[in-house]
Amino acid sequence: MKHLAVLAALIAPLPALADIDPSDWDAVLTEARGQTVYWHAWGGSTTTNDFIAWAGARIAEDYGVTLEHVKLTSTADAVTRVLTEKEAGQHDDSAVDMIWINGANFAAMKEADLLFGPFAEQLPNWDVVDVDGKTVQTDFTVPVEGYEAPWAMAQVVFIHDTADLAEPLGSMDDILAWAQANPGRFTFPQPPDFLGTTFLKQALVDLLDDPSVLADPATDENYADVTAPLWDYLEQLTPVLWREGRAYPQSGQRQFQLISDDEVDLAASFSPGAASTAINNFELPDTVRTFVLDKGTIGNASFVAIPYNSGSKAGAMVLANFLMSPEAQARAQDPNVLGYGTVLDMDAITAEERAVFDALDLGIATLTPAELGQAQAEPHPSWMTRIAQDWQNRYGVAQ
Amino acid sequence: MKFPPLLPILTLLALLGPVVAGLWGTVLPAFGHLPAAGLHGPSLDPFRAVFDWAGIGPAIQLSVTTGLFATLGSLIIVVLITAGWSGTRAFRLLEKLLSPLLSVPHAAAAFGFAFLIAPSGWIARLVSPTLTGWDRPVDWLIVQDPLGLTMTAGLIAKEVPFLLLITLAALSQVDATQRMRVAQSAGYQRITAWLKTVFPAIYHQIRLPVYVVLAYSMSVVDVAVILGPNTPPPLSVQIVKWMADPDLAFRLQAAAASLIQLGLVVGALILWRIGEILLGLAGRRWAYAGRRQMLDRPLRGIGFGLGAISAIVVFAGLAGLVIWSFAGFWAFPDALPQQLTLRSWIRHGPASLDTLATTAWIALVATGIGLALTLGCLQTEQRHNLTLTERGMWLLYLPLLIPQTAFLPGLQTLLINLGADMGIWPVIFTHLVFVLPYLRLSLQDPFKAWDNRNAIVAAALGSSPRRIFWHIRLPMMLAPILTAIAVGIAVSVGQYLATLLVGGGRVSTLTTEAVALASGGDRRAIGVYGLMQTAAALVPFALAIALPAIIYRNRKGLRNG
Repeated sequence: MKHLAVLAALIAPLPALADIDPSDWDAVLTEARGQTVYWHAWGGSTTTNDFIAWAGARIAEDYGVTLEHVKLTSTADAVTRVLTEKEAGQHDDSAVDMIWINGANFAAMKEADLLFGPFAEQLPNWDVVDVDGKTVQTDFTVPVEGYEAPWAMAQVVFIHDTADLAEPLGSMDDILAWAQANPGRFTFPQPPDFLGTTFLKQALVDLLDDPSVLADPATDENYADVTAPLWDYLEQLTPVLWREGRAYPQSGQRQFQLISDDEVDLAASFSPGAASTAINNFELPDTVRTFVLDKGTIGNASFVAIPYNSGSKAGAMVLANFLMSPEAQARAQDPNVLGYGTVLDMDAITAEERAVFDALDLGIATLTPAELGQAQAEPHPSWMTRIAQDWQNRYGVAQ
Repeated sequence: MKFPPLLPILTLLALLGPVVAGLWGTVLPAFGHLPAAGLHGPSLDPFRAVFDWAGIGPAIQLSVTTGLFATLGSLIIVVLITAGWSGTRAFRLLEKLLSPLLSVPHAAAAFGFAFLIAPSGWIARLVSPTLTGWDRPVDWLIVQDPLGLTMTAGLIAKEVPFLLLITLAALSQVDATQRMRVAQSAGYQRITAWLKTVFPAIYHQIRLPVYVVLAYSMSVVDVAVILGPNTPPPLSVQIVKWMADPDLAFRLQAAAASLIQLGLVVGALILWRIGEILLGLAGRRWAYAGRRQMLDRPLRGIGFGLGAISAIVVFAGLAGLVIWSFAGFWAFPDALPQQLTLRSWIRHGPASLDTLATTAWIALVATGIGLALTLGCLQTEQRHNLTLTERGMWLLYLPLLIPQTAFLPGLQTLLINLGADMGIWPVIFTHLVFVLPYLRLSLQDPFKAWDNRNAIVAAALGSSPRRIFWHIRLPMMLAPILTAIAVGIAVSVGQYLATLLVGGGRVSTLTTEAVALASGGDRRAIGVYGLMQTAAALVPFALAIALPAIIYRNRKGLRNG
């Protein structure tokens, strides 16, 4: 697995046999009518589940496509599923028609030829996607090449309860200093949880003087040296974490509960609008605000991909296209719904579509795009895989 | 009605087929044979990989200790309650309190328990800051503690009702009342008398169910995910994590770990058996020594206290779920939410109804098939004068003694090979494996206890065997049959791994949804799903009690079977 991602970057994948032509959109619409799309997406967030249910109602209404949300505890479940099917010779009616995916899971599936495509850049709504300003054509430095369609922008923010931690902290070193002064009031989700590994990555990017080395695959030669500052940092941080680092929350969402329970005062999130959304859902106190680090924070896009053996590729493409529509994007950005950043180019959509975005009240705890600043690039997935593995060996098992 | 002898064969197939197939599907990859990944065994690399994992020691230790202590704890509590109180009014009260708890799904009980005892949990909120002076929760590691003590306590609270009801059923078979009368007239105090005269006979009857509790507690996944430690988790949780890794190599590791898990359970059962023998020897000497009492009075109190606590904990946990499902903002240290709202129910209600329908359908079909097979078997055995030997009982219990993590992953791989992974039927047949033993256990005694003279009278009046079965036996057995159905439904509703792995994620029941939500920590949603889950298991029991009373309102003798 360590090398899969490396290989993915080196080997240009063979395109899977396209059994339907994405560029013939009318044919896609015709074939999609009556299909059922099983969308495998993480089911731990009720707001996401509600949004997916809404998308299902809308595509049923407009295109006659039925959406079934398969709620995953981890995206890897769906990847495993498709792998298992391939090994069993199940090549045409997968249990999975679409996956909410990015990063290492995408790299692995693309490398193993498990994805249908290219399709994303042929979708009608690709024309309004902000290709220049947002990282939608590379995914953790891996070229997307149309094998997945973007639907949301994410950026690391830190959620703090101003009742206990009034001022933003500007760097990872500041966070450490604060944690040492307030032991037990900070934690992060346990790697290999997506957000937990993201926190480790963010720490490394902030600690390195020049993080550009992370854009290339990790090698056996440079890995130890480059990551040394991170392990030094964790050696100091772990004993002052919540529960002295002997237990961790199992997901990002679970941290909100910990803030409400007044067990911690600070939590990382990958969704700039999540805090406002959670306040509206009674999941966070209204004293919560967000901040980013002085040097900026990591940003990336969430994508949807279609397995090579899906039996409802047309329906899945209709859904992927709908998710990139101004209607769905504006709804996703509404903090009362999801609070996800949009992938669209505001200059490419019509005036009335833009008015919907402009009218959104982003919520008391959400930073404006200007405050979020320029996002930092994701490291190459190979760093992530190795760091997550190492973390588990050092901290994920009782010493 | 002439049942073909085919039925016992079919039942055996339904019972053991999936287990054997699943084990086979586990053994191959465990020894490095997974052609799909281009790997051809046999090799021991997967086992090496498991033992190279830094967490293997603690993970194995956790499986063994949580399993043994949960079994020992629940058995001791049940023995103390029964020895100290059977036949009293207090005992009947406990029985009434504990019976419904049997059907509360493990996941729901675990959620409630977690919220109760966490440092920011309900108990802490009730006494803070007034008594404790805490204006923020203390940083104590209670839930997810590395020793798995919280998980063990949660398991005990859930296993006590099960063992108690099994013990109650056994009491009637060993004429405990007579034994007690003799012992007490010889001057023995209540608990000593019971331990010396009744317990040996009872234990022989409940031995297999105790083994089931041991095997289950050692390999449970959902309770471990909610209450257990994560650094590392118990072995069975790690197996499920490895099964979910996108890297195929971990599949082999998971399979190897599954076999290790199986070995652990077998080893623990052997250890337990040795303990039985040693305890038997010691107990005999103790019985011959002739002491009339041994701390009887305090032990009675302790037994009652522990039994009551385990009931109260589960009830309080459920009450917590109810309040969370209606809660607005609710922070520490408030004992109650700032405001109540219907929003969580409005948000999750419609979707959870769909899931409820799936859950009910699977449970009803699995129980229906199981009931037909079980009644058919019992009838066949009676007609041919067969009795289930000790060995037969072992076969019946086998699926409950083999850890689910040992054969369900293999079954998933196998089903996909057959192309049978689509739809709901594989899930139903997997549930059937777990439903069948419980149906048999619920129906066996009532079926045998039925007074055969009814059949003789009916036959003398010219009824065919078929008519006797359908028109006399079944109506007279309505109450126990309904109870058995309720048990079967509760077992099916509570299945987590069997649904998750075999359903390939396409089949979601209230239990899989609730555990998925647990990872998100939205307690309001967990409250809604946990309650739906509990209702799905409890309502059938309520009906099983109410229906015979309504149907036979003018047939007093038929109301209790």
